[in-house]
Amino acid sequence: MTAVSDTIDQVKGLTDQKYKYGFVTEIESETAPKGLNEDVVRFISARKAEPEWLLDWRLRAYRHWLTMVEPGWAKVSYPPIDYQDAFYYSAPKTKAGPKSLDEVDPELLRTYEKLGIPLKEQELLAGVEPRIAVDAVFDSVSVATTFKAKLEEKGIIFCPISEAVANHPDLVRRYLGSVVPYSDNFFATLNSAVFTDGSFVYIPKGVRCPMELSTYFRINAANTGQFERTLIIADDDSVVSYLEGCTAPKRDENQLHAAVVELVALDRAQIKYSTVQNWYPGDEQGRGGIYNFVTKRGACRGVASKISWTQVETGSAITWKYPSCILQGDDSVGEFYSVAITNHHQQADTGTKMIHIGRNTRSTIVSKGISAGQAQNTYRGQVKILPKATGARNHTQCDSLLIGDRCGAHTVPYIESRNRTARVEHEATTAKISEDQLFYCRQRGLSAEDAVSLIVNGFCKEVLKELPMEFAVEAQKLVGISLEGSVG
Amino acid sequence: MLEITNLHASVGDRPILKGIDLSVQAGQVHAIMGPNGSGKSTLSYILAGREGYTITEGAVTLDGRDLLAQAPEERAASGVFLAFQYPVEIPGVSNATFLKAALNGVRRRRGEKELDAMEFLKLTRVKCRQLGMTDEMLKRAVNVGFSGGEKKRNEVLQMALLDPRLAVLDETDSGLDIDALRIVADGVNALRGPDRAMLVITHYQRLLSYIVPDRVHVLAHGRIQRSGGKELALELEARGYAEFGVDEAA
Ligand SMILES: Nc1ncnc2c1ncn2[C@@H]1O[C@H](COP(=O)(O)OP(=O)(O)O)[C@@H](O)[C@H]1O
Ligand SMILES: [Mg+2]
Repeated sequence: MTAVSDTIDQVKGLTDQKYKYGFVTEIESETAPKGLNEDVVRFISARKAEPEWLLDWRLRAYRHWLTMVEPGWAKVSYPPIDYQDAFYYSAPKTKAGPKSLDEVDPELLRTYEKLGIPLKEQELLAGVEPRIAVDAVFDSVSVATTFKAKLEEKGIIFCPISEAVANHPDLVRRYLGSVVPYSDNFFATLNSAVFTDGSFVYIPKGVRCPMELSTYFRINAANTGQFERTLIIADDDSVVSYLEGCTAPKRDENQLHAAVVELVALDRAQIKYSTVQNWYPGDEQGRGGIYNFVTKRGACRGVASKISWTQVETGSAITWKYPSCILQGDDSVGEFYSVAITNHHQQADTGTKMIHIGRNTRSTIVSKGISAGQAQNTYRGQVKILPKATGARNHTQCDSLLIGDRCGAHTVPYIESRNRTARVEHEATTAKISEDQLFYCRQRGLSAEDAVSLIVNGFCKEVLKELPMEFAVEAQKLVGISLEGSVG
Repeated sequence: MLEITNLHASVGDRPILKGIDLSVQAGQVHAIMGPNGSGKSTLSYILAGREGYTITEGAVTLDGRDLLAQAPEERAASGVFLAFQYPVEIPGVSNATFLKAALNGVRRRRGEKELDAMEFLKLTRVKCRQLGMTDEMLKRAVNVGFSGGEKKRNEVLQMALLDPRLAVLDETDSGLDIDALRIVADGVNALRGPDRAMLVITHYQRLLSYIVPDRVHVLAHGRIQRSGGKELALELEARGYAEFGVDEAA
């Protein structure tokens, strides 16, 4: 029937406009010399006028990194990365670094506007309570942070980590590397040596952060790795919700993104960390795209503290990430809600680790993996109950959805329980989007693309509802967009 | 309004429909009766545009336009609605979300303004009242955990919202007890109107005492074997399909 080929054409048309963030900003940049060596590490540290202790820490990491080998256990494959063939620092050229939003390069403001990221504080001028504060990281540096002053009224620190090193050295020194040590793993160690910027958050005792905090990462420069480092500390009885978003231009070569995120929750503190990951995924043939190799870990140090990770992973050529919780404090709670969508030739190996150390610690894992095209999607999760974790509980729900028959879904749970009173439950399902479902939707008037988007959004609902309201709608759209071209 | 001429269709090499001729005018309700396996669902799927069937001969037009050239969603916009024999479950998607997406999909294709959440809600309230249903079903995931009766009622509710030119009801009576059957039939009757044609497909006469057809056709061996008025249904009920060379214990 001709109708079928028409649909395929429509679908193809859509696919080409799929990644709307793929543009490049023309801006003059300052870069470090190509390649990686101690001088480059010193160059980065000097650019940021860092104290001696931090340079030492970076150098220790670098020297340790030289002794490490890239991990090979994940179910992803890619040609060897030449770490000498990339730049490790790229910053838009500015005079001194902007003091206020008015001084930010208008070209950068336009870039973020095009990406739909508000870098203005006009909401405040209109007398409306702001709902979100943004730290914008462009290549290796933070270019703007909004509502800083407003947050300072409550004693909240929200600033680029490089600024925190200068202004709050005690806090940074105390917590940096305390959750993810510099020797942790190949990519985290590399990050420790060359990290450039990222966000720093401190919520003082008893404070509930009045707005969403958000960092928006943009890779712009070609051939440049992005190594940001985020550190969030929630002091006793505080509450914070933080969101991270990211995009990159379309380029034919792969780019490395190796970030580290460390969260620390003290007594009864709550941190909600949400990610909408939309790095450039490469084209339909699998050319280009970001290698997203990140280490995210939270420590529930205090009693009855809570860390909740929510991630919607739609971008990147390869995703390698396991946001984890170390449940140290008694009665602490860890959560991991994940949607990982892979289409075309994307590969994702993602999941979590829940390490139960304290008594009555609880964790919940809900993972939704969606695979289309020739993509591979792996859930890899570890639940570990240590001997003192009496009364610990974990529930894992792990669902995979396949679209078409050339993609793959894999579930790799590791469960280790060393306390008899602990309860660990694991459920897993794999399903396909059926012809019946698609036809039913289309009979009612939905296009094939809209039908897939609707069905997948339904499949992911449990996770998407965990996102802050402001981003839920955006994430739903993204789910649809990232699956364009998956049927027809 | 609906014109089916000499329709032949196969699945793979196997012919299933072997020359169907049928003409339904606006405002009419036609029943298609036939034994299991006679091709009733095949006909309804072909009208709605399901893939997997090869049309080897013949034509189908709705309001003079070629239906077979259109994708399923285009047919929906042209006014074709199929109430499924086995309605499909879509976990996690509420009926309201599904119906709003469907309705707006159809409206967009027709060049009409899409409805916002408020307008949609108002419309569904009106339709539910018209069908004597509560809107409780709208909040639940599409057909998930629905009883047989609820599934069929949900199909009728969808039909009411999408307001089709041609409604094809495939064994809407199957699996319903008498009370559920009455509710569904009342719903369908409420949707009869001068601008709409209906094709009611059923194995049994039972449904046709509630939805009284203008014409009855007997489908067997891939062809319409006989046509007549509503009395034909009663006759079939008494005599079975034996005279059409079908041996059925049913
Ligand atoms: N997809 C299919 N593949 C193979 N045979 C089919 C398919 N669909 C229908 N048939 C066959 O076509 C005939 C008619 O089926 P169907 O239209 O479902 O009949 P009815 O709805 O009247 O019971 C049956 O013999 C059935 O086995
Ligand atoms: Mg049937």
